[in-house]
Amino acid sequence: MFDTISDRFGDVFAKLRGKGRLSEADVDAALREVRLALLEADVNVVVVKSFLARVKERALGEDVAKSLTPGQQVIKIVHEELINTLGEEAPLKRPAAPPLVILMAGLQGSGKTTSAAKLAKLLKRKGKRPLLVAADLQRPAAIDQLETLGKRVGVPVFVDRKTKAPKLAKAALKHARLEGNNVVIIDTAGRLQVDDELMKELAAVRKVADPDETLLVVDAMTGQEAVNVAKGFLDYTELTGLVMTKLDGDARGGAAISAREVTGCPIKFVGLGEGLDDLDVFYPERMASRILGMGDVLTLIEKAESAYDEETAAVAAEKLRTASFDLEDFLEQFQQLRKMGPLQNLVSMLPGAGQALRDVEVNEKDLNRVEAIIRSMTPTERHNPKSINGSRKRRIAAGSGTRPQDVNAVLKQFSEAQKMMKMIAGGKSPIPGLSLPGLGRSKKR
Amino acid sequence: MEFVYIAVALVIIGLVVFWFIRSRDTDAPTAPAATAAPTATRSLRDRLAKTRGALSDRLGGVLSGGKLDDEFWSDIEDSLVAADVGVAAASSAVAAVRKRGVEDPADVRGLLADELVSLLGGEDRGLAKTASPSVLLVVGVNGSGKTTTIAKLAQQLSTPESPVLLGAADTFRAAAADQLKTWANRIGVDIVTGQSGADPASVAYDSYHAAKARGAGIVMVDTAGRLHSKSNLMDELGKVARVLRREAGEIDEVLLVLDGTTGQNAIDQAKAFTDVVGVSGIVLTKLDGTARGGVAIAVEQDLGIPVKYIGVGEGVEDLIPFQPEAFVDALLGT
Repeated sequence: MFDTISDRFGDVFAKLRGKGRLSEADVDAALREVRLALLEADVNVVVVKSFLARVKERALGEDVAKSLTPGQQVIKIVHEELINTLGEEAPLKRPAAPPLVILMAGLQGSGKTTSAAKLAKLLKRKGKRPLLVAADLQRPAAIDQLETLGKRVGVPVFVDRKTKAPKLAKAALKHARLEGNNVVIIDTAGRLQVDDELMKELAAVRKVADPDETLLVVDAMTGQEAVNVAKGFLDYTELTGLVMTKLDGDARGGAAISAREVTGCPIKFVGLGEGLDDLDVFYPERMASRILGMGDVLTLIEKAESAYDEETAAVAAEKLRTASFDLEDFLEQFQQLRKMGPLQNLVSMLPGAGQALRDVEVNEKDLNRVEAIIRSMTPTERHNPKSINGSRKRRIAAGSGTRPQDVNAVLKQFSEAQKMMKMIAGGKSPIPGLSLPGLGRSKKR
Repeated sequence: MEFVYIAVALVIIGLVVFWFIRSRDTDAPTAPAATAAPTATRSLRDRLAKTRGALSDRLGGVLSGGKLDDEFWSDIEDSLVAADVGVAAASSAVAAVRKRGVEDPADVRGLLADELVSLLGGEDRGLAKTASPSVLLVVGVNGSGKTTTIAKLAQQLSTPESPVLLGAADTFRAAAADQLKTWANRIGVDIVTGQSGADPASVAYDSYHAAKARGAGIVMVDTAGRLHSKSNLMDELGKVARVLRREAGEIDEVLLVLDGTTGQNAIDQAKAFTDVVGVSGIVLTKLDGTARGGVAIAVEQDLGIPVKYIGVGEGVEDLIPFQPEAFVDALLGT
């Protein structure tokens, strides 16, 4: 469904090549693509506008760094500005006198109860003595859920099914002081920001509990609505931080930017799974890359630039195009690629092709074996794999410390791969999402 | 022994990266085509009042601007995007209206409504009910509102002649079965539950056979919320559906519950659940806030799965059948 931002930048890159300074036209062209990428990541329309205005102001007239093309320079600025917008890692406040009181608020189903339990576990591990407070008196069985979770993480849960939320909060605080709990986490009912009655209840709880932290829990899959939700909660209550949940899914999480921009509050935690350990502090850089859908393209570009020899790569690409790519070329490219670091990491950095190969496990040992086998061949054999007969296979196997059947496998798969390369060169990509720009055009030239 | 494929693929990727740096050549995405449009009804208007407010205010602002220039159209597109319609669907709708050669800004709203309704198409939005007991499976990501939807639906559909039986196959979330049990008691319908952590497929199996033995008309199976990107959990769901299909012959409805505040990720969700269990209809929840659920348009357009119900409030009667004209009407305030 989504084009990755790197795809989007295709045309822009081509146009922006080889100029020394970013012109307004360059920047506008690049920002149009950034805008689409942000909107598709569900960043709010209004937030996108103000964000792009900031980027433009910064980008205009900026000198293009020597190692970057103007297009890359723009992405770099976008990326940096996105990180700025997302803010820094922010620890929980330290109250003047214990207990530290944390109030969890948010829409129904955003993940408050689960996050509350995860937070309790995290703080317990840090040596605190948390108390969970079940102040969600709306949803049937919400209290049971928190009690079960409390048992699982080994944290007491304060329950009173027969009272109202503000009163309950007051009693819970008293209980915490008596029991010596130095953290109190209050789980409240999910509510829509337009539900006046419930929002007033939240304000009342807040008044009684006087929390050090009021955390708004936001589902990472939220769309444009994130802005209204954040604004709505701000109308009734002060907020000190955000918790983004369900980031273990594949949503881009543009809601993080929207909510952050509207509230001005730092994102303090992110929820990364159903396990009770899956709560992490927030890393703005990872989030920025995720929202742009660019994998870690910048790092990849840097690595590629330092590891790749331009001329040999161009020659190899030409050979791929004409399908005369042999084992010798393969070895050379393979070695350059491996200079860029563990291949598994490279795969994970790739936005487009990375998806097709996401589940592939790259075993470095296997790769070492392939390299050893090819290196045990003579140059003639590498150019012409068909010349490798039984006795040559035994020699290669002995030389590489493998078995003849391994050599067979490599040869067989390389010949299959050659067919695959021909298909790619002919414009038919066997791997969805993977196409070779510049390689499919040979016939037209 | 597939490492050579991987290695070759990686070498190719390396070269792609190299070419990515040097030169680029990509195709612009093309806009999808639209289909024919029926006419409008107006029963949802008040219930979606808040939903309507936001977008119609925006549109009103744009439309009173006057000139039909590029900026005007891009503002219209933005206001659709702001309703979560999605960039692709929004721009195709705007392009289609533009093509008709509008001269008066006052006409734009009506034409846009026609266009959006036609994107929604005229699918059958009733619930299928072929066998007795007929089987209804409810799936969705965490927190989308599955259990609440089941409770409301059960209350609406359960009659003394054809009672509903609930199957609590969410054995994962703490107290999920308790939540459904509370509802079952309130509504007065039977429920089958399993041990916490039990195989959900076995609960589904038990539910179906209990429904059959007790002469229930419909068995509704609730499942644990799961992110569509988690393959192990999706496999588990696949097994639930397989077991139900094997026992009942067919599942009459697989309803995917989508949170109305969800953005473009809803499309990925619908795709993934369709791949695994064959979704036959969508329930769009939480439209009583200011969320506009425009992503429903993108989902229907992309995948052709009809939206069957929408949730506009906490009450039982607030789960209502979806009507495209009324929905678009509310979205645009026509």
